[in-house]
Amino acid sequence: MFKRIAFTVNGKAYNFEVDVRESLLDVLRSHLGFTGAKQGCGVGECGACSVLIDGVPYDTCIYLAVWADGKDIKTIEGVAEKNGELSEVQKAFVEEGAVQCGFCTPGLVLTTTALKESGKDYTREELKRELSGHLCRCTGYQSILKAAEKSLEGHVCTCVDSPHYKGK
Amino acid sequence: MAYTVVGKSVTRVDAVAKVTGKAKYTDDFSERDMLVGKILHSPYAHAIVKSIDVSKAKALAGVEAVLTYKDLPQIRYATAMPGVIEAIATDEVDVAELKYGTAGHPFSLDESHRDKEDRYILTQKARFVGDNIAAVVATDALIASKALKLIEVEYEVLEALTSTDAALKEGAPLIHDDCEGNILASNGYAIGNIEEALKESDHVIEGEYETSIVQHCHMENQVSHAYVDSDRRIVIMTSTQIPHIVRRIVAQSLGISWGRVRVIKPYVGGGFGNKQDVCIEPLNVAMSLAAGGRPVKLELSREEAMIDTRTRHAFKFKIKTGINKDGKINGIHITAVSNTGAYASHGHSIASSGGGKFRYLYPTKALKYDPITVYTNLPVAGAMRGYGTPQIFFAFESHMEDIAKKLKMDPIEIRKKNLVEVGFVEPLSKNKIMSCSIRECIDKGRELIKWDAKKALYKDQSGDKRRGVGMACFSYASGTYPVALELAGARIVMNQDGSVQLQLGATEIGQGSDTVFAQMVAEVLGIPMYMVHVISTQDTDITPFDTGSYASRQTYVSGMAVEKAALEVREKVLAFANRMTDIPAHLLDIKDQFVVFKDSGEQVIALEVVAMQSYYDRVNAQPITSDVSNNARINAIPYGVTFAEVEVDIKTGKIKILEIFNVHDSGKIVNPLLAEGQVHGGVSMGIGYALSEQLLFDEQTGKPLNNNLLDYKLPTIMDTPDIGAAFVEKEDPTGPFGVKSLGEPPIVSPAPAIRNAVFDATDVAFNRIPMNPQRVFEKFKETGLI
Repeated sequence: MFKRIAFTVNGKAYNFEVDVRESLLDVLRSHLGFTGAKQGCGVGECGACSVLIDGVPYDTCIYLAVWADGKDIKTIEGVAEKNGELSEVQKAFVEEGAVQCGFCTPGLVLTTTALKESGKDYTREELKRELSGHLCRCTGYQSILKAAEKSLEGHVCTCVDSPHYKGK
Repeated sequence: MAYTVVGKSVTRVDAVAKVTGKAKYTDDFSERDMLVGKILHSPYAHAIVKSIDVSKAKALAGVEAVLTYKDLPQIRYATAMPGVIEAIATDEVDVAELKYGTAGHPFSLDESHRDKEDRYILTQKARFVGDNIAAVVATDALIASKALKLIEVEYEVLEALTSTDAALKEGAPLIHDDCEGNILASNGYAIGNIEEALKESDHVIEGEYETSIVQHCHMENQVSHAYVDSDRRIVIMTSTQIPHIVRRIVAQSLGISWGRVRVIKPYVGGGFGNKQDVCIEPLNVAMSLAAGGRPVKLELSREEAMIDTRTRHAFKFKIKTGINKDGKINGIHITAVSNTGAYASHGHSIASSGGGKFRYLYPTKALKYDPITVYTNLPVAGAMRGYGTPQIFFAFESHMEDIAKKLKMDPIEIRKKNLVEVGFVEPLSKNKIMSCSIRECIDKGRELIKWDAKKALYKDQSGDKRRGVGMACFSYASGTYPVALELAGARIVMNQDGSVQLQLGATEIGQGSDTVFAQMVAEVLGIPMYMVHVISTQDTDITPFDTGSYASRQTYVSGMAVEKAALEVREKVLAFANRMTDIPAHLLDIKDQFVVFKDSGEQVIALEVVAMQSYYDRVNAQPITSDVSNNARINAIPYGVTFAEVEVDIKTGKIKILEIFNVHDSGKIVNPLLAEGQVHGGVSMGIGYALSEQLLFDEQTGKPLNNNLLDYKLPTIMDTPDIGAAFVEKEDPTGPFGVKSLGEPPIVSPAPAIRNAVFDATDVAFNRIPMNPQRVFEKFKETGLI
């Protein structure tokens, strides 16, 4: 069964028919070519497929494409400026060494972007909890946390309780 | 030595591609009209297919092919696309000859040194739950899944041997008919006379230790696609650490000539050794051939990947150590049983490799190692970060702690009494230690964690929450020499503006090798990083030969090839400059994109001018390139130590890591930021190994119980403490720029250090990992702590 849906991805409008059984991840990757969203588990455990739907991070592997009707979607391809300049979050991930194999990176950059755009303040523990839906096997999360804290500068409570935390 | 680019924390060459989603991984190249392959896995751990009926599956609309073990020998003569298949086929081959091994080792011309060939692409005999019985190719994934359910299989179920004890029992059924006693290998060694050494010792201390089956859990599952191109060659794109080895093994598995296979490796989403194996590519190619050479994609789900790729070998150790009153060890006798699961993969070499790397830490008069590697009806164990060393060091460094406790010696002092020194020549490999800073590493770690103060503070605790500190050391290697070939290739082409392309056989899988190679080239050629363009994709048709990413060999072994290639380009630039200026080349160097006088630094001619001339000079034009191969017949030994502080909740069995530091002697550090990243990732994996990770199976049936990322307790950001990484940098004279390996070493010592810290806190010795809350709780009850 097919259903017509309309949504925007990175500001561009799309209107087309999808198989009602397809996930948003399938549609983004296979139909629209937004391959920055990755499939790591297919069942909502790892966070590699995250995109922002109306500004909120979702695992798209367990989000049906038909639910995206009328939504505003941002994928990793839509984070940098059009002239290629990286966002603050992307810059922080590059500079802090938060990228290794890069498979979890798009999801983490997007969730961090959502946290930054929320304008809220976070403690370190709250920040960790917000990022805990993303699994990473390369980094031990150290540089990812640093990059997230750098991205949210001014919005992270200064309760740095670890002796080896070297960030600002 | 003072360097300009080497030793600096430059950003990764692929970081921008990866934060913008532009970095393309295997599945990102999939096309919508590709056919989809799926595998029928055995539901039984040990069974024989009595009959298999695929007629209903074949009849389903959208199914293009169904394969069973019966079809594979004939696939070479399939009629679907006669031209293609006949061209690939050579002679009729006995099925038995198509048995192949999957381990990603360099090929050996010496037959006795080859990997064990014990599997077919599809099997009539299931040897673990998940074994590959049949496969379908369909127009989409849903049809393929539906078709799998229509395959009717009748099994004769055999006794499932789900432990090494069961497999070793007298009269146990054979998992492989040609393997008596289910023992795959027993490659040990003996140095000196162990009986005498133990007899001469003041004390003989014994212990038993055990590690569990864990899984790599790289974020990108195994995925590939394959087709036959218009030249009738097989093309495979795959997420692999070893493209040139995939080429060979695919050819071997199908009985075709190696040159007919082309393997392309784009960005890889992590491997940790699991992609140093050829798990899905031969079947993927068979699927394509069955579908007339059309492109077929084969992607494992997470649940499949966790049981049908590779795991880490679980080991059981018995150790007997003879030691004198003064703490000096006379002799060590280690016996080990390694569980390799259903097929050999790397099994025959992992137990011996772990034992080999162990020999470089505590030289003793006598050392005897007796490992056996046993087939069981569990998923196949293979290479995983550390390759046998996390197991043996968990055992021995726990044992060392037990000895210190028994002899009432300080755990650091007893180790220092026995540690290796520079100049030690390992008696079996004849390898000489050219650099060793393990003592400095220990001193640094001791200071970082405030060992002495905490040791004193945590004496005699009795509350519900108790703290303790522990440490553990390790030795490793930089590559596999002298066991295997260590060949690496690099190619450099200089452009008209003096920038270069760097092509490598070594594969970037996330560890950062492309970046450190670019740093090496920039250093030698006197150009900035942005002028070195690394071609990250490997393509066996184009890429220089290199056996791949494993054994922590890239920076050291492939780095030698990169340095050699860059030096050759520099020599050619200076020779060209000499022709242009008449200044003898030996007086010149390149610095900041200029050919300069070596001594004064005075600029002679811009590099760009020389490069331009090399392309267009009407008489002397010859673009500057190099294409080198390097056979490293040497191995540098890296060292390191973990210091950990824990808090144990006696009532709940929960262990919290308060502080953890890894201090490494990996020679010169080419890129501190990336090096720290390797340490963080390795320690995190080590924490999972110590506290939470374990693949569980039903003991009767061998069925997996937690092959998904929810029930398999992979550390999340919430579970991971702050991890401290530190280095003692002393250049090793054998390595390019003084480097030694760093990729795998960080995972080796965290588990025993954490175990020793728990021992310090509670006086309870855990000799089995993981120390998850349930096990800890049970052990506390058993020991009367609660």
